[in-house]
Amino acid sequence: MCGVYLDESLILTDLEVTDKEELLKMMGTNLMEKGLVKESFIKAIIEREKNYATGLPTKSVSVAIPHTDPEHVNKKAISLAILKKEVHFGIMGEKNAETPVKLVFMLAIDKKRSHVTFLQKLMEIFQNEEELNYLLSEENKTNIKNRLIHDLRVQKGEE
Amino acid sequence: MKKKKQVLVACGAGIATSTIVNKALEEICKENHIDCDIIQIKITEVGSYVDSADLLISTTIVQQEYPFPVINARAFLTGIGLDEAKKEILEELKK
Repeated sequence: MCGVYLDESLILTDLEVTDKEELLKMMGTNLMEKGLVKESFIKAIIEREKNYATGLPTKSVSVAIPHTDPEHVNKKAISLAILKKEVHFGIMGEKNAETPVKLVFMLAIDKKRSHVTFLQKLMEIFQNEEELNYLLSEENKTNIKNRLIHDLRVQKGEE
Repeated sequence: MKKKKQVLVACGAGIATSTIVNKALEEICKENHIDCDIIQIKITEVGSYVDSADLLISTTIVQQEYPFPVINARAFLTGIGLDEAKKEILEELKK
């Protein structure tokens, strides 16, 4: 997947959290414990979400794509949380508007202007109700991982 | 010959969503044979381009007033309202 790291431990299913800060901390800490991001990533991603919300309403459930500056990242990675109960995120580009989010794709991106194909494929998932519904209903982490790797595939030689 | 338009593509971090919008905009320009300068930035960097930019396309909130139009680009991420957003951008670029 074009060097974007993903394994079962980065897929959190049936997750129960009270708010987005707890969620971001949990996902960020998990990435940190794997050495994929620096400790500063956790604080940075919480702050970034406050200032630049990443919630996106789609035709299916709302998603969020929390991310922050490359300096906090060791290795590009993606982590997915499937929430048991929706958590409210601000809507990207809107003032004071929130959306109940069910799928959270946390991105650790290590370079500016890179991974175009990877990001485009990710947005294609958001525009595909069937894929979103699959991610919501599948419980097996290996199946989810394989589906994501398939969906986010990038051809050799690109980037 | 008309001056090439300078288009700013901005998001919070300048790395993720603006990359997608940047790519989409390049394709729109190519399809419509429009030649413009696309600059991908963080929203906090817009100030440096106040005198030169013709259009700002942003996925994040734009708090300040600028002398050029601002278009919300969330449609490029979710596909909702995509045709309208493309149309709005094309109208500005063809001005």
